[in-house]
Amino acid sequence: MFAYSLISGILFGIFFGFMALGLNLIFGVMEMVNLAHGDFVVLGGYVGITALNSWHINPLVSLIFALLLFFVVGLGLFFPLVPRLSHSRDPEMLSLILFFGLSQVLEALMEIKFGVNPESLPLSVFGNSSWHFLGQSYQISWVVSALISLLMILLTYVFLYYTPMGRAVRAVMGNREEARATGLPVKRTSAIIFAIGIALAAMSGVLSPLMIGSIDPTSGLGLTTIAFAIVVIGSLGNPLGSVLGGLVYGISLMLMQTYLSSWSVLVPYLLLLIIVLVRPSGLLGKGVRHV
Amino acid sequence: MFNPQWDTNTPNRLRRRLVNGVIPVLLLAGFSVSPLVYANQAILFQMMAFMALAQGVNLLYGFTGYLPFGYVGFFGIGAYGMAISIQLLHFPGILAVIIGGLLSSVIAMAFLPLLRLSGAYFAISSLAAAEVLSHIVSNSAFIHITNGPYGEQLTQSYHPLTSYVVMVIVLVLTTVVVIFIRNRPFGRALMAIREDPVSAAMAGISVVRARSVVWLLSALIAGLTGALFGWHMSVFYPSTVFDLNISILAIVFTLFGGYGTVTGPVLGSIVLYGLYNAIGISDPQYFQLIYGLLIIALVLFLPGGIISLIQRRGNYVP
Repeated sequence: MFAYSLISGILFGIFFGFMALGLNLIFGVMEMVNLAHGDFVVLGGYVGITALNSWHINPLVSLIFALLLFFVVGLGLFFPLVPRLSHSRDPEMLSLILFFGLSQVLEALMEIKFGVNPESLPLSVFGNSSWHFLGQSYQISWVVSALISLLMILLTYVFLYYTPMGRAVRAVMGNREEARATGLPVKRTSAIIFAIGIALAAMSGVLSPLMIGSIDPTSGLGLTTIAFAIVVIGSLGNPLGSVLGGLVYGISLMLMQTYLSSWSVLVPYLLLLIIVLVRPSGLLGKGVRHV
Repeated sequence: MFNPQWDTNTPNRLRRRLVNGVIPVLLLAGFSVSPLVYANQAILFQMMAFMALAQGVNLLYGFTGYLPFGYVGFFGIGAYGMAISIQLLHFPGILAVIIGGLLSSVIAMAFLPLLRLSGAYFAISSLAAAEVLSHIVSNSAFIHITNGPYGEQLTQSYHPLTSYVVMVIVLVLTTVVVIFIRNRPFGRALMAIREDPVSAAMAGISVVRARSVVWLLSALIAGLTGALFGWHMSVFYPSTVFDLNISILAIVFTLFGGYGTVTGPVLGSIVLYGLYNAIGISDPQYFQLIYGLLIIALVLFLPGGIISLIQRRGNYVP
């Protein structure tokens, strides 16, 4: 029992770390919390479900499609919304409210388009076999989702640490004003990171029905809270922190589901409250970033 | 732009006092007379409830800068405090409502450490706190106290007229409190803290105490409103009184009207709750779409709400 919850916790944790990655990137670069993050995850979920049900497209293909589509969507949202905010009186609070409005709009549009009933992907979408490990068997779709998530986290890491663009991103994360003073294209960097953040959210969303069971238009806010908890646990603005936060969340969730299942819904909320009150800088953090 | 300009010109000051005093009188008269002209009492009651909640959000956000996404937690605790007082302690309705409000303040005291956070940290953590409260109340472990997920039936103490009258009183008192705070040194101290806590502390303002007072006060408002709401409905479930949309609507009403003013939340609740009744009940998603777009437009073009359109011309708005 314990080994099973631990290993499925790790599989879920990697997935949730990936799910929170976009929120972390956008927060790190722009110091804005994208409250619509969870809604982009749900939108990605609907892309995967619609592609499979209507055109029999495998979710593996929809993943790439969601990534590209929402990269464009992200760019399209960035330019009318974000630069205007940066010049306002109180950009931190106003961006929170703005993205909250965006989240309401997306939720309403999804309800109009897809209705309010929960929808899901068949768990057998990646084949019917299961993965045997240490005497237990695990859903193959969980393993595939975790592997894809791990791959995407590694790619993001390589992008941030081994490309010139990634170096610019880290410079902006470190100090926006100094980055601008050195002549880095801060606005362009922000736009690209914003688009990548939303694209990654939607991409993780394609896998989300497999991991969280089913999605409906109102799932977004709960997912945003989970993602925020993970990002805060693992330290804001640190992509590797997302993995750590995801693992903490995934393993605690699975242990709670095994041993105290009626209280397991409380896991993300309690984890968030504990971490913000006890160690607001996160497990890997050096200092608190204020939003 | 939210600070009334103080001047020593006495007739002007008198006029302002008069304008401020008119608002609660208008609310009292309006909601006392309107049931005679307009038959749907439930809508009037809910409009008052949302107006009181919007004022509570206004106290917190408008005067201290804390945006409480989890404000509904206090509302739900108020409703359950009231229901438990009636079911288990057999208190009369009005006393049960007061117990509900007080219980909500007690819970707020337990959550005082949240005020150490700011910005998005506070907003999302308060949401998490409300979810925790909601799941504790609806957990079947407490089925003997809260009846778990099956909700509360208070049909034996159902009293629509009394609860309506008490709601009018609570709304008027809330409005008076907001007017009072806004025009007293305490309100100016709060705004100083909102703009710059460090300088405010250096000027001799007790930052922690002032914030805590507002936090407990706004919890009391939400608790009383929730208790009255539950009493008026007489049948409710955890999902009704801990519905996150309640906080969302209260926040939207406040932002739309204009935070940090007295008239803003009143105006926002009347206009948007009216709109909600026109289209929201049959097509909630279209209403949600409209207010979502409204929020985006407000943030980009009119962060002070519609009241700021009048203030912009140099007029005094309470």
